[in-house]
Amino acid sequence: MKVALFVTCLVDLMRPSIGFAAIRLLEAAGCEVSVPASQTCCGQPAFNSGDRAAATALAKKLIAEFEHFDYLIAPSGSCADQIRTEYPGLFADDPAWRQRAEALAARSWELTRFLVDVLKVDAVPGRFDGSVTYHDSCTGLRSLGIKTQPRQLLAKVAGLELKEMPESEACCGFGGTFSVKFGNISAAIAEKKCVNAQAANADAVVGGDLGCLMNIEGKLRRMGDETTRVLHVAEVLAGINGRLGMGD
Amino acid sequence: MQSQSMFFKARAGEKLADIRLQKNLAGLKDKFVGMRARAVTAYDSDGEAGFEALRDAGAEIRDRVLDNLDVWLELFEANAEKRGATVLWARDGKEICEHVIAIAKQHGVKKVAKSKSMLSEEAQLNVALLAAGIQPVETDLGEYILQIADNEPPSHILAPAAHKNLDEVADLFAAVHKTPRKTEIPALTREAREVLREHFLTAEMGISGGNFLIAETGSVALVTNEGNGRMVTTLPKVHVVITGIEKIVPTLEDFATLMRLLPRSATGQEISNYVSMLTGVKGAADPDGPEQMVFILVDNGRAGLVGSEFQEMLRCIRCGACMNHCPVYQTVGGHAYGWVYPGPMGSVLTPLYTGIESALDLPHAATLCNQCGVVCPVRIPLPDLLRKLREKQTVAGLRPWSERFALSAWAWLAQQPKLYALATRLGVRYLNWLAGGRDRIAVLGLAPAWTEGRDFPAPQGRTFRELYKMQTTKFTKGTKFL
Repeated sequence: MKVALFVTCLVDLMRPSIGFAAIRLLEAAGCEVSVPASQTCCGQPAFNSGDRAAATALAKKLIAEFEHFDYLIAPSGSCADQIRTEYPGLFADDPAWRQRAEALAARSWELTRFLVDVLKVDAVPGRFDGSVTYHDSCTGLRSLGIKTQPRQLLAKVAGLELKEMPESEACCGFGGTFSVKFGNISAAIAEKKCVNAQAANADAVVGGDLGCLMNIEGKLRRMGDETTRVLHVAEVLAGINGRLGMGD
Repeated sequence: MQSQSMFFKARAGEKLADIRLQKNLAGLKDKFVGMRARAVTAYDSDGEAGFEALRDAGAEIRDRVLDNLDVWLELFEANAEKRGATVLWARDGKEICEHVIAIAKQHGVKKVAKSKSMLSEEAQLNVALLAAGIQPVETDLGEYILQIADNEPPSHILAPAAHKNLDEVADLFAAVHKTPRKTEIPALTREAREVLREHFLTAEMGISGGNFLIAETGSVALVTNEGNGRMVTTLPKVHVVITGIEKIVPTLEDFATLMRLLPRSATGQEISNYVSMLTGVKGAADPDGPEQMVFILVDNGRAGLVGSEFQEMLRCIRCGACMNHCPVYQTVGGHAYGWVYPGPMGSVLTPLYTGIESALDLPHAATLCNQCGVVCPVRIPLPDLLRKLREKQTVAGLRPWSERFALSAWAWLAQQPKLYALATRLGVRYLNWLAGGRDRIAVLGLAPAWTEGRDFPAPQGRTFRELYKMQTTKFTKGTKFL
């Protein structure tokens, strides 16, 4: 099975370990993983900012890069949803592109949902000695139905204990460009999320979208919490935990 | 109500700093969210089709009306007139005020008892009545509190005084009623009842809103919890109903379906304390009821949405669930939004009704988390509508120059993979330099709004694309990731 990893622009820039973790998980499940070299961004920031023309141009670029693989996999619910749910609508007046968008949309998956619902994996390579609490990111949860999949996978990680936080489904306040357009409101919402996360009394907050995780980690540190780790679910499942040093 | 929506940012900042308001909002959220959740769970466990199927049915009823709104309105008008009511039409707030004042003058009205009507807020009706020498008295408890608090605007469509707590109301009653300060809710409501009773008995005219207009019977349905709606609509000799043209439902059967949705979504009740169905004027055999019943059916921006990409917004049955569940509303409260309707539904309606250029922040003041969309009883895709408004702003050139430039530059760069690789490579080094060996950046010059309230986690050091290239090239040592 040939799968292509859509790394996402945020993982590329901020936290490559998530991309490598995704590769390790997919390979462990028997996939042949490619990483198309010219990929950049799915266009979601433009789409959500009301710039449909830019969103459409970036969608065309991504479709051409990924449509020849069996599946597109992204370690992010919101990026996967952009491709799966929103791309076809961008080409309402362009039947040829719409068809290509729909064909790719049907084969585009968020990582944990793909591992559970399509590949039906029964083991993961990671080990985590401690407890984690899971934050449900909004788009993955409410648009793609990602809720049980990451928890099922975390349950297979040796040594890991899952402790649910209150209101795990509440928005963390990130919202893409919302986080800088309305920084003070965003940070205030993040604080509520962090208080709930801390109430779980877990060693780490884990989630499936890096934007939310950066928001939560940034707020936890500003609140003086130096101990609660913030990790992407792929890192935990693959056993690539936290900030590894870079090899040269 | 004069729109203050262009000042959303500044007002939101004030609300964030208001400790008492923050406490009140937290309590409000726990209450409303919990009550709805329990009602939906109970409905689902009662068997038959569940709440999701009910939401489908609700959306279908509203769409059936909106697809032929003119036909249903004419049917309603004919049936209402058959029962002795008068139907007037108002294009905007100004025409609402003109109609109401003309009716009041015709009947020599000095005092008007009002039950809750958001349209009278749209029209600033109380200001117009006072200017015409007519005293308006709000009789919904929340609206009454706001009226005696120097005419504060409502902060929630169901619970207009939701931003106030018991202490604030106790202080207010003692000061305005000049009575000993009371701290028990029953004592405070009794005091309000005593004041209002006198007004009910002396008002010559009652004004109400309308939750639904039933086309097949020409009736207005009122859904209330306090009973003031019954007093307002039956005691005075003239009853004026002010409501939007979109409030029509075809049949009583449809109304019954929507009534399964509305109280559960709004307050978590299976049914509200009072459901009043008012049809026509007092008949010869009726012991009470108004001698005159006038419907003022209002456009004020609604007709323009019919057939447009925003028509779905007209499904709204004003339950308030979207704001109760909205992380932004829960954090800044209703007043920050600056006009009659707050929260997600308000962020769609305000620019559509008052002009897209006078509420530029509102469509952007949402994380697009879609919590509103999944609780809406009539399945309005609120995040999609907010995004469409953002697109309209972009097309109309209404976004700030700096934002448009940044977005265009980034979108162009993201289409040049080689240049993008170089730019991100440099970008990540710049961020690393800012972090100075720490795992976070405390002040980010590029995005100061982020770091005012939280740190910015430092990047890992190199882009994924660099590292991947290194570990897939034969002559380069691998990274520690694989």
